[in-house]
Amino acid sequence: MPDPIVVAEGLHKAFGGTRALRGLDLSVPRGTVCGLLGPNGAGKTTAVRILATLSDPDAGRAAVAGYDVVRDARKVRERIGLAGQYAAVDEKLTGRANLRMFGRLHHLPRREARTRADELLDRFGLADAADRRVAGYSGGMRRRLDLITCLLRRPKVLFLDEPTTGLDPRGRAEIWGAVRALVGDGTTVLLTTQYLDEADQLADDIAVIDRGRVIARGTPDELKAAIGDRLDVVLEDPSGLRPAAVVLHGLAGTDPAMTGRDRLSVPLPGGHRLADIVRELDRAGVAAADIRLRRPTLDEVFLRLTAQKESA
Amino acid sequence: MTTATARNVPAAGRALLGDGRDLLSDGLTLIGREIGRLWAEPGQIIAALAFPVVMVVLFGYVFGSAIAVPGGGDYREYLMPGLFAMVVFTSAQGVMTRMAADASRGVMDRFRSMPMARLAVPFGQTGADALVGLPLLAVMVGTGLLVGWRPHRGVALTAAAFLLIVLVRYALSWLGAYLGLVVRDEQLAGQLVPLFLPVTMLSNAFVPTGGMPAWLRLVCDWNPVSAITAAARVLFGNPGVRTAHPAWPLEHPVITVLLWSAGLLIVFAPLAVRAQNRWGK
Repeated sequence: MPDPIVVAEGLHKAFGGTRALRGLDLSVPRGTVCGLLGPNGAGKTTAVRILATLSDPDAGRAAVAGYDVVRDARKVRERIGLAGQYAAVDEKLTGRANLRMFGRLHHLPRREARTRADELLDRFGLADAADRRVAGYSGGMRRRLDLITCLLRRPKVLFLDEPTTGLDPRGRAEIWGAVRALVGDGTTVLLTTQYLDEADQLADDIAVIDRGRVIARGTPDELKAAIGDRLDVVLEDPSGLRPAAVVLHGLAGTDPAMTGRDRLSVPLPGGHRLADIVRELDRAGVAAADIRLRRPTLDEVFLRLTAQKESA
Repeated sequence: MTTATARNVPAAGRALLGDGRDLLSDGLTLIGREIGRLWAEPGQIIAALAFPVVMVVLFGYVFGSAIAVPGGGDYREYLMPGLFAMVVFTSAQGVMTRMAADASRGVMDRFRSMPMARLAVPFGQTGADALVGLPLLAVMVGTGLLVGWRPHRGVALTAAAFLLIVLVRYALSWLGAYLGLVVRDEQLAGQLVPLFLPVTMLSNAFVPTGGMPAWLRLVCDWNPVSAITAAARVLFGNPGVRTAHPAWPLEHPVITVLLWSAGLLIVFAPLAVRAQNRWGK
């Protein structure tokens, strides 16, 4: 991989008896967006906390922008921004006062802290709300302000830990827009998420994490293609289950799962057209109320990947 | 891991040196933040200022009418040193609550991910508390003077009394900072706040300890609130200095207060700094 700006090798981290990371390897090329995808407890946040110098690994090493996250933590801190799962801003202060404070704490000169705050408020659509207290902001506005505080010093790498968890669709769209704008500036972004569509929207590259390890790596399309599509069939009558199962087995090569008293679901390798499937079912005398060929959900991608891992 | 620790020592030393440069400016920025927060909530300033006034009226006139000062003297003269001690002691809860709020809302993590001086956060919080404490002290002095309290032993000893009060307040704010970092939960911190008041009552601040059962008297005599109160009474020349029973801390109150302050700072400043830097590592 050319010129990685974030590198992690064999990271291990345990909290008490819980092994959060078990040999995590990761490499993120400069100027790209990498999505860390995985369920709660997979180790996403632990990985980000180590890379952002908040936590030390028990074993393994990591470097950000060329500096070791343990030995040169301060150099790393000068080059990163971190937006965690909460809007970590002062609710009692105005948006502008927050940015000026964080600008000063980033050691920007007073004047630059002011102009940079105004510039970013303007750019991310918070200029009108700048002099209101953050306590009155919507969830999306808070997260945007939170994001801006990371940008005051123009970070080389931005860590976003579940940046849209708990936001309504409008808030999510606002954050997505902001992240896209940053990528346009050349900032490298490492974001964790539980949502495949979020990774899909934003990430150039996805690392699927499970139980403290990266278990799959690729672009969103590559991952989905590897998993294949999913075929759901709803029957008009449960008596058609058996012949339908035979047809689906013939198409997919595996036994379909019963997802209801009158419905079946099966992972389908690429290259099948819906029309062909309808014809096959028809020929077997199965009356279907609904047939859907769809891309896999995160749950399915994830369950398939972990199942492969276990059987391998 | 020994190798990781050995590797960290020079890095930690360098970080501390670099901190010296930034500590002042980062600390001042954080003090400015606390003042900005107070400014944003004038209601809180009014409540903070009203509290000592209410206490003076409540204790001075409601309870005072039924309490006799040992050795004679005006109860409100006896009371004011106790109220100074009480307000000083309860100030630790403010620092605790603010530190816990920052920790539970991710603000502390943000600070730790920034190239800030590692010591700036606890120094900023305790420094801000000391500054905010000054106008509160002034209001209390004004209220005291209005209800007939006077310092009787001259400018130097009066100044010494106030210096002692400010010192204890600062030392206690480090205890508050440490508690806040340990609690790390805004709600829990809020639930701990009401516990501070009884601690201040288990003392000689409002009533003489002489009439208490022996075990309780022992607790109250060694409570730092009692020492602060006794020291202020001595230095202001207010009544209630003499105790009928032997109690070392009340016989040497100024030394006791200095020892308490030094002890609090020596124990809790390093603990708070360590908790701030090491949490989640």
